[in-house]
Amino acid sequence: MATIPVGAAHTIAAPRAARRRYRVLREAPVIPLVILGVLTSVAVLAPVLAPHGKLDPVAPTREQCLAKYSMPDCPYLDNVPPFWSHGGRFNTPLGTDYLGRDVLSRLMYGARISLIVALTGTLFAGAIGTALGVLAGYMGRWWDEIIMRITDAWLTLPSLVFAILLSSVRGPGLWNVVLILALVFWSRYSRAVRGEILTVREREFVKLAEINGIGKLTIIWRHLIPNVMNTVMVLFSLQVGVAVIIEASLSFLGVGVPPPEPSWGLMMAQERESLMEGRWWLEIFPGTCITMLVLSANMLGDWLRVRLDPQLRNR
Amino acid sequence: MGGSGGPCRGPPVKQLKKYILVRALYSVVTLWLLVTIIFGLVRLTGDPVAIKAEAGADAAYVAQLRQNWGLDRPLYWQYLSFVGRLLRADFGHSFEKSLPVRDIYFERLPNSLKLGFAAFLISIVLGVPFGMLSALKVNSWWDNTGKMIALFGLSMPGFFVGLVLIMVFGIGLGWFPVLGKGSSAFVWSAPSTWVTFWVRDWAHLAMPAFALGWYFSGAMLRITRSGMLDVLGSDYIKLVRLKGVPERMVVAKHALKNSMIPVLTFAGLNLLIMVNVAVVIEVIFNWPGVGQLLYDALSNRDFPMVQGVVLMSGLMIVLLNFTIDVLYGYVDPRIRLSR
Repeated sequence: MATIPVGAAHTIAAPRAARRRYRVLREAPVIPLVILGVLTSVAVLAPVLAPHGKLDPVAPTREQCLAKYSMPDCPYLDNVPPFWSHGGRFNTPLGTDYLGRDVLSRLMYGARISLIVALTGTLFAGAIGTALGVLAGYMGRWWDEIIMRITDAWLTLPSLVFAILLSSVRGPGLWNVVLILALVFWSRYSRAVRGEILTVREREFVKLAEINGIGKLTIIWRHLIPNVMNTVMVLFSLQVGVAVIIEASLSFLGVGVPPPEPSWGLMMAQERESLMEGRWWLEIFPGTCITMLVLSANMLGDWLRVRLDPQLRNR
Repeated sequence: MGGSGGPCRGPPVKQLKKYILVRALYSVVTLWLLVTIIFGLVRLTGDPVAIKAEAGADAAYVAQLRQNWGLDRPLYWQYLSFVGRLLRADFGHSFEKSLPVRDIYFERLPNSLKLGFAAFLISIVLGVPFGMLSALKVNSWWDNTGKMIALFGLSMPGFFVGLVLIMVFGIGLGWFPVLGKGSSAFVWSAPSTWVTFWVRDWAHLAMPAFALGWYFSGAMLRITRSGMLDVLGSDYIKLVRLKGVPERMVVAKHALKNSMIPVLTFAGLNLLIMVNVAVVIEVIFNWPGVGQLLYDALSNRDFPMVQGVVLMSGLMIVLLNFTIDVLYGYVDPRIRLSR
């Protein structure tokens, strides 16, 4: 690589761990990590960063009220455009919605909802699905037959339709959406995990453990689950994106996160009429946020999949 | 695996019959499990009548509903009557309109099929050629563009695409009618013959179909690309190349056909899924299909309607899976003999 001897000496002298760390850094998927990092920190720090509250309208000044409604007193200014448009204010950089609430602040709090719902929902689904997949794959016979039949039946329904069915009996609510996501998505994990387990359980270290008389639970915990974690992680990152879309769709349909809360999907649904009147900012910003989150989850998932499966690396 | 008597030389009718029978049995079991799961989950996770009552319905009316729906009976009775009624293709009556769920559903289905089919065409037109180009020129400019399209296709929710389309082409440019199906918003100046009717109808279809097909075109692109790559890396393509067949012919005659099998299967499944998951798109564009029916039922807390629509989509998909299995078994003896 290096042609100058000094440089070569340097490379060799550098500690191996540092070089490995550098390589990991260089190959890391920068774009999705940056997007996810920004969204997560905004979500965590929302109360600090947000310029206004998520539920209360922004208090206008006397001049603003006079200018907009020609009244000295008004509770709020609705539908203010973003700051670069005509009539926009720096106080509310991305404008206000139909109740005069600050769009930027609501987007920030919305990141919380999207992340909490999608991550916990997918996590629960992953836990249930992995457990059942391991059981089916390792115990075999009746366990396998019953669990996989149920999984197949579960997989026939499109996830959105299934989620809508469950939401029609649960009603709206943040934790209801989490429950629905867990119930809808576990089957994807169990199918994939069971397939992995079928090959892992034939490997020698599992056979040796069995010969040594180690209990089934220990084998599952010590030998099987660590070996399917790659698959689970890839699936997890890809499912998070779908979960965000399902949450947004449910909220959009009015059965997801209930109204005063600033869910991105709900924000888009509430402003559907205003689109017809040319207030594009109320739709574009939440939509872009959803797209960014899903995009980065998908990119990370693709990167993980290629990274963890050498056969795919040059695809 | 292939039985004890070695390869079967006689006409495969008998094998095929057995295979179809086994697959049919599996489908019936899947369907029964699905029905049981839906029944169980609905009873376990909530109470549709309580949700209805929460909306401020009259107490006597709610009690009446509970009785009509059989919720005051023991659980096993509820289950048996539920399955029994389904076997007679009876999905119950809508809470809201006192019509059978089945009649309302079939009235809406043609519209959804039309939308689904248009979206299906769009997803194929967008996905397949790009997928093939990506596979033929791996890591080229084409490939990277294709990857980006697939990524954005899978990452932009359909309703966001739909709203952007409405904003740009419906309101901004005024090219397409924004709402509904054949409303007066779109005025066609030519005399009203069947051609103009047809054009007007499809103009209404254009935007919702694109918004729906967009998501699936990303998936199609990926499937086409990986299918094509698999085939291009296979031994028989290597052989054809070694024989000196020009690359164009290799792709057009040998690779294309074989790589299209998984793509077409996937596309068929997608068509049905599109018919069933267009809920948000149909709501945005006010398209009177099954999805809008589901949404209306959802906002009216009309549980039998929701359940009926969901059961119908499950039934459709199980039937399609069965058809795909049978076709595969018919074409490929390895699949036929593996069970």
